[in-house]
Amino acid sequence: MNVKVFMLALFLPIAAFAQGFAGLGTDADGFSVPQPDPQFDFPTDHGAHPDYRIEWWYLTANLTAADGTPYGLQWTLFRSALAPEAGEGWTAPQLWMGHAAVTTPDDHFVAERLARGGIGQAGVTADPFEAWIDDWSLVGDWDTLRMTASAPDFAYDMALTAQGPLIFHGDDGYSVKSAAGQASYYYSQPFFAIEGTLQLPEGDIAVTGNAWLDREWSSQPLADNQTGWDWFSLSFDDGNKMMGFRLQQTDGNNFTSATWITPDGVTTAYTDGALTATPLALNDDDVPVRWRVELPVRGVDVKVDAINEDAWMTTSVPYWEGPVTVIGSHQGIGYLEMTGYE
Amino acid sequence: MTRATLQALLSHWWRNPLQLFTLLAGLALATALWSGVQAVNAEARASYDAAAATLGEGQYDRLVRRDGQPMPQETYVALRRAGWLVSPVVQGRLDGVRVVGVEPLTAPGGIGPVDPVQGGDITEFLSGEGQLFANAETALALPDLNVILTPEAAPGTAVTDIGVAQRLLGKLGQIDSLIVLPGQPKGRADLAAVAPDLTLQPAQGGSDIGRLTDSFHLNLTAFGLLSFAVGIFIVNGAIGLAFEQRRPVVRTLRALGLPLRNVVILMGAELMIFALIAGVIGVALGYGIAALLLPDVAATLRGLYGADVSGTLQLRPSWWLSGLAIALGGTAIAASGALYQISKMPLLAAAQPRALAMAAGRQAVVQGVFAAILLCVAGVMMFTANGLIGGFTLLASLLIGAALALPLILDRILAASSKIATSVTAQWFWADTRQQLPGLSLALMALLLAMSANVGVSTMVSSFRLTFTDFLDQRLASELYIRTENEAQSAALVAFATPRTDIILPIQSADTEVAGQPTEVYGARDHATYRDNWVFLQQAAGPWDSTFGGQTVLINEQLSRRAGLNVGDAIVLQGTSFQIAGVYGDYGNPIGQAVIGEGVFATLYPAIIPQNFGLRMDPVAVPDFLTDLEATTGIRATQAVNQASIKAISLSIFERTFTVTTALNILTLAVAGFAILMSLLTLATMRIPQLAPAWAMGMTRSQIGRLELVRAVMLALLTAVVALPLGLALAWALLAVVNVAAFGWQLPMYLFPMDYARLGLFALLAAAIAALWPARRLARTPPADLLKVFSNER
Repeated sequence: MNVKVFMLALFLPIAAFAQGFAGLGTDADGFSVPQPDPQFDFPTDHGAHPDYRIEWWYLTANLTAADGTPYGLQWTLFRSALAPEAGEGWTAPQLWMGHAAVTTPDDHFVAERLARGGIGQAGVTADPFEAWIDDWSLVGDWDTLRMTASAPDFAYDMALTAQGPLIFHGDDGYSVKSAAGQASYYYSQPFFAIEGTLQLPEGDIAVTGNAWLDREWSSQPLADNQTGWDWFSLSFDDGNKMMGFRLQQTDGNNFTSATWITPDGVTTAYTDGALTATPLALNDDDVPVRWRVELPVRGVDVKVDAINEDAWMTTSVPYWEGPVTVIGSHQGIGYLEMTGYE
Repeated sequence: MTRATLQALLSHWWRNPLQLFTLLAGLALATALWSGVQAVNAEARASYDAAAATLGEGQYDRLVRRDGQPMPQETYVALRRAGWLVSPVVQGRLDGVRVVGVEPLTAPGGIGPVDPVQGGDITEFLSGEGQLFANAETALALPDLNVILTPEAAPGTAVTDIGVAQRLLGKLGQIDSLIVLPGQPKGRADLAAVAPDLTLQPAQGGSDIGRLTDSFHLNLTAFGLLSFAVGIFIVNGAIGLAFEQRRPVVRTLRALGLPLRNVVILMGAELMIFALIAGVIGVALGYGIAALLLPDVAATLRGLYGADVSGTLQLRPSWWLSGLAIALGGTAIAASGALYQISKMPLLAAAQPRALAMAAGRQAVVQGVFAAILLCVAGVMMFTANGLIGGFTLLASLLIGAALALPLILDRILAASSKIATSVTAQWFWADTRQQLPGLSLALMALLLAMSANVGVSTMVSSFRLTFTDFLDQRLASELYIRTENEAQSAALVAFATPRTDIILPIQSADTEVAGQPTEVYGARDHATYRDNWVFLQQAAGPWDSTFGGQTVLINEQLSRRAGLNVGDAIVLQGTSFQIAGVYGDYGNPIGQAVIGEGVFATLYPAIIPQNFGLRMDPVAVPDFLTDLEATTGIRATQAVNQASIKAISLSIFERTFTVTTALNILTLAVAGFAILMSLLTLATMRIPQLAPAWAMGMTRSQIGRLELVRAVMLALLTAVVALPLGLALAWALLAVVNVAAFGWQLPMYLFPMDYARLGLFALLAAAIAALWPARRLARTPPADLLKVFSNER
């Protein structure tokens, strides 16, 4: 359906990566642009920022069932603005898109929702915090959250409890995305304990695990020559965590960035070049599902392996998102997101 | 060598340009008839596809309010938040254009023909200013709006964003219906818990636009197949002629040493080239026919179903390719037999033109068996057929079986006639006619099909019109109908009219659902108008008394048949159960209807304020009444319609409805006449050896010519006699099987002897005209040619 395709080209930063969509990378007329030295104000900043072009509430979780089976879970709400204002009614220039997924070792369930802002069908309020689209919601006070999503073939209902502080990427939450200076505001809550029930075709499954919630917003997150990204959120068995991403560029080079997070939430940011990520093996669709990830300054040299190679998000704009295992200098689990491969 | 052969073969046409003409014209006519019908069909179908794609009509379940009123937008959001995947639709009329507002992010399959890549701008589409998508014709009606032209848009419809449509239609915050998407999520809340005033209308209820219009297209398709059958007979005749007359040429060429293979290949190639030329001409003619018929088809569909079909014809590859395929395929089928015969012909065998006819005796047995089987199938289907497929199977087996049986029947009649003939001339006439029959049978079958279709369809059409006229008299009994614009006007009208009229009959209805069928419920005021005029198909005792008393309901035939409801059964309206006291005929209405008493209606549907009124009064007083009404209440005369003009409009709709049918009927008959002409021409040259003895024994050439003419007319008459019962059987199948399946009601069948007589005359006239020229040629055969028969005795 053309309207959707067209709209999504506007919509997703992921789409923008994938298709090199000009509107996102090049200009930001009318929209606010992230500035260095951000002063965050909570809970207000947990809410939507309609004067920025794009924004997301992005939760991924590594889960384990009682029998030890690993599962991955995703709940994402994207906001995309056609104009830098909140607006009201059908004319509100805010569009919303939700993605939900559950990954098992053998299956990958995906659902997508689209909605207009301004009529109450989707949105995010800061206080009390609620992010929702249709019947999917993420609601609570950020110390505890309840998260639900449903689709014809799966559903979940999860409770999250924060076990540590919010952490800020880049320069106190100002995350640079290219040598030309494109940047976003970016912070995370990587310390959620999560438990709840997955409803899958085989039945209800009680699960527990860790969840990682990303918050990011910007108006120009990419440079012209950047076509996709590979993003890693890794939780090591020693309690340390690491976020790293690699932006693919048309000139064959990459722009990398990483954040090291200690168990008590102290962060160290690493700029371009500190992290290297090297694809080791492709799946049947030529998506690299096995990586070597190195952050030498922290002694990290690990192999990252997809739990299910076919965690392809068959959404309007497709991408790969799924749980991974980590072995090598550090052991652990994590999540991998890859865009620009379709 | 090839060139010389070709020259020899083609020289035949130089010497007989008329034969070339009949060959090409026969092929072209057959193709034209076929492709014309196909063109009309393809065009109308394309329009519906566009409409269906635009509106998603009938494909999805829908949620609507029980009382038929719009729902607030909050209901939509509440349902979405409860897990219901629904998409809102708002629609209404703006300057005669149907404006449909959809929500592109949630609509299933998006918004049909609207393609933002071609001139659309999603930012603008979603902004309050908005874009509308419509075809050029529709755009003219909306000069002040930002209309993006899309030829695929449904006729008379403009699609836009729901926000824009709400603003344009003055329906801010309102939604008319919700499309229920396939694939609903787990754990969805119950509808009753979220929106208790909504009801689910299942997809493909018995009365959606697609299914209704399908029935009309099935009618057209039946005509298309009939024309194809007639066309194949003609092509066969034309090819047979071309080969029959060139047998001596083939014999000579082969005697001169030309290999058989070359002859066959060259003749086949030559025919294919002719078929291609004739096919192109035929498609062009078909386009002409379609262009002439299309405005009528559009009017027909709009009148019957309220479906908009644009009155313009586009050249669509599907139908001109199918037209060419028919020409080439028909030629190939017809020619393969003839070429096979040529290949089997002994090298120096005398070209015996009667060989084909002589072999017919053996074929007759096979043909008779086939005819018997098909007629048996038709007989069984008559009692068991229900549904459109069954109906058309019945029609097909009846028609083909009868066509195959025709030569056998005629042969029997002729044999019987020759037995009772006393004079020598008469005996010779019958015997000679019988002997000619195999050569003429294809043409006579074509005539039979054309005539019986004509009888059948005209019976159906006329029965329909008769029933419908009576029905209009019943249903449009009031002298004056007035539509008010608002509640205040309604009150003013009632106050003004009460002392000046016999009675005011409010016409109030609510859309609802009965037994899963979309139904309009009417609240009727107790008056003799209803008691006197309405005719019931089934009724309990005193249906009006109990209905006006509020205990019972009356339903139309459509609802009765589709929901399987009969007198004595009960239906539930707004939670109240009513027993059915009567079933009435409601012709031309696509959906179900139920009538309850005015008092009960007001209780069940308090939100509905009547804005249409029927006024019973002295017809003479109508003009004065209207003048005073406008002066006193401000209700303009343009809001009033008097009964006569409603009837005229309704009748004109049905008049136009069958114009297409009539036009196609005449065409088929003309084509059948052409088939007779060609068959007679074929026979005329071959028959000199049979006529020469009669001439030698003293009959004059003009006597022989006159007998030829009489023979053709007599055969047409016999065919007409067979065609009449066949046509009536066809009509019965159309009225009692096909019509019920397609429209949901059965029509009483009336007989129209005058029409049949006129049709018979037309058929005889066609046969006479077709025979005139061959007869004339026979009458002018030079005596030398006749003498040669004896000197060259073969």
